[in-house]
Amino acid sequence: MRAGELLALLGPSGSGKTTLLRIIAGLDFPDRGRIIFGRDDATRVPVQQRAVGFVFQHYALFKHMTVAENIAYGLNARKRSERPEKAEIKRRVGNLLDLIKLSGFADRYPSQLSGGQRQRIALARALAVEPRVLLLDEPFGALDAQVRKDLRRWLREIHDRTGQTTIFVTHDQDEALELSDRVAVLDRGRLEQVGTPDEVQENPVSPTVLKFLGDTIEVEAIAQNGQVLVSGRVTPLTAPQGVSGPVKLYARPWQLQFADADTAHLHGTVRSSYRTQGRQRIEVDREGAKTVVVEASDTARLAQGREVGLRIVGGWVFP
Amino acid sequence: MSEAVAPFPDTRDDTIRPPQSVVTERRYVRWLLIAVALTFLALFLVLPLITVFAQALAKGWGAYLAAFTEADARSAIVLTLTVAAIAVPFNLVFGVAAAWAIAKFEFRGKNLLVTLIDLPFSVSPVVSGLIYVLVFGSRGLFGPYLVEHDIQIIFAVPGIVLATVFVTFPFVARQLIPLMQEQGTAEEEAALTLGASGWHAFRTVTLPNIRWGLLYAVLLCNARAMGEFGAVSVVSGHIRGLTNTLPLHVEILYNEYNFVAAFAVASLLAGLALVTLAIKSFLEWRYADDIAAGTRRH
Repeated sequence: MRAGELLALLGPSGSGKTTLLRIIAGLDFPDRGRIIFGRDDATRVPVQQRAVGFVFQHYALFKHMTVAENIAYGLNARKRSERPEKAEIKRRVGNLLDLIKLSGFADRYPSQLSGGQRQRIALARALAVEPRVLLLDEPFGALDAQVRKDLRRWLREIHDRTGQTTIFVTHDQDEALELSDRVAVLDRGRLEQVGTPDEVQENPVSPTVLKFLGDTIEVEAIAQNGQVLVSGRVTPLTAPQGVSGPVKLYARPWQLQFADADTAHLHGTVRSSYRTQGRQRIEVDREGAKTVVVEASDTARLAQGREVGLRIVGGWVFP
Repeated sequence: MSEAVAPFPDTRDDTIRPPQSVVTERRYVRWLLIAVALTFLALFLVLPLITVFAQALAKGWGAYLAAFTEADARSAIVLTLTVAAIAVPFNLVFGVAAAWAIAKFEFRGKNLLVTLIDLPFSVSPVVSGLIYVLVFGSRGLFGPYLVEHDIQIIFAVPGIVLATVFVTFPFVARQLIPLMQEQGTAEEEAALTLGASGWHAFRTVTLPNIRWGLLYAVLLCNARAMGEFGAVSVVSGHIRGLTNTLPLHVEILYNEYNFVAAFAVASLLAGLALVTLAIKSFLEWRYADDIAAGTRRH
């Protein structure tokens, strides 16, 4: 984790991402390993002294306090000697309300706000204590699609403006890839890969990472003399060093192309097709194998039941 | 209006019928059920209540008020208030602590603790009193030690307080556990990450969230503490002017055929019950969501 970066913890449910976040915050404790902030070992530091800002999926705003009281909570909770002056607290709350664009809402109660507004308040409340690291636990999980998108963009803006070191947890690949400087992919409590969105998408280290980052087609293949063969035909992929024999080939829907029978790697019949966001997606049934999804702009070959050949033009090979 | 402009087709012969009541019982069955319920309430609740006040005032206001100015009655009132003043705060603290532990933390033996908290509800009050006699009585477990050091627990105020605490033990905890469980721990965790100490978080976050539920529980706890008869009767020893609480005082007066005084004192307890009921209903009406778990306001 680098200072000032926006890191996404990405993983399927149950992969331990929220637990990791809570351990970083000091709300849970690790069985093994250490938490290090800068040069300080924070493993045994109680949650109050870790200087983290935590934003919960369901906001966890204090229902009986106004928006301003919520935001000021962390400052008011400090010991008298460390507590800022009343006027200073008020000024900071005002600044944060400006930052989250809710200036007129200081005296409202959380129950009078929408989900998106509440989550912004929760963020302001966490930022008010000037945390060393900001931790967001599925911050957009409870919001509807449109609000999510707006908030995502807005969070990125805030991050660019404040340079606040931030970790956020999500199970939504798009969210992680769009928002973060680097992505950490977790699976069943293990860290699979850390890298920029480009790195993890171009060079996934394992099938797990690959599968989790998007729709994947899985095909049996043979590695031979550095080449990868599917149905006896050579593909443009190269086999990993020193690997030969049966391997698995993974490809994205757009790494398959329709092809004539004599150049195709796979054969099947069109089961259905649908259009989404300007792309055509076609499901192809293969005899004795899993159905694959192909993405193409070609609309000429969509007739249901039609036999088609598919050529692999890209992908990854794992033993 | 001419028929030609009727906006809808004629449905007189169609199969659409006006909606029928989903209550399928016939009208007279419903009235019968209501009548039975009301008669029952009148006979077993309203009538006795009226009787209490009627009997208490049978010989006029003078006799009614005389029942309270008498020394023994006064000491019974003082004792009852004293016992409640000790037992209720004790159970308030215990109940909040127990509910906090059970609702917010996971630990071994949690189910056992929940069962134990419920125990006083399932045990006969007489047994509740008797256990203290067996433990603190002169022939009891600690009897010899207590006699030696001249400490009187049974047949004295401490015994009455103990029995009352035991009997009213579950009220606060039982009310708060589901409420606190439903509220979860997220708000407390948020407070902790913002730098609040555990106590500060409890005071500023947990307590405001449970205040109405707590008030409700304290109210019921208090009503029971002041009205408890069985357990207190066993440990009290019925010493007039010393160890008689209001309910015990009523019994003594009644057994002495002093009906006006007995019912006068009883009317005080009945009044307490009515006031409790009124406040309870108000709380239920105004703060239903904050008292019991279930519906969340947002």
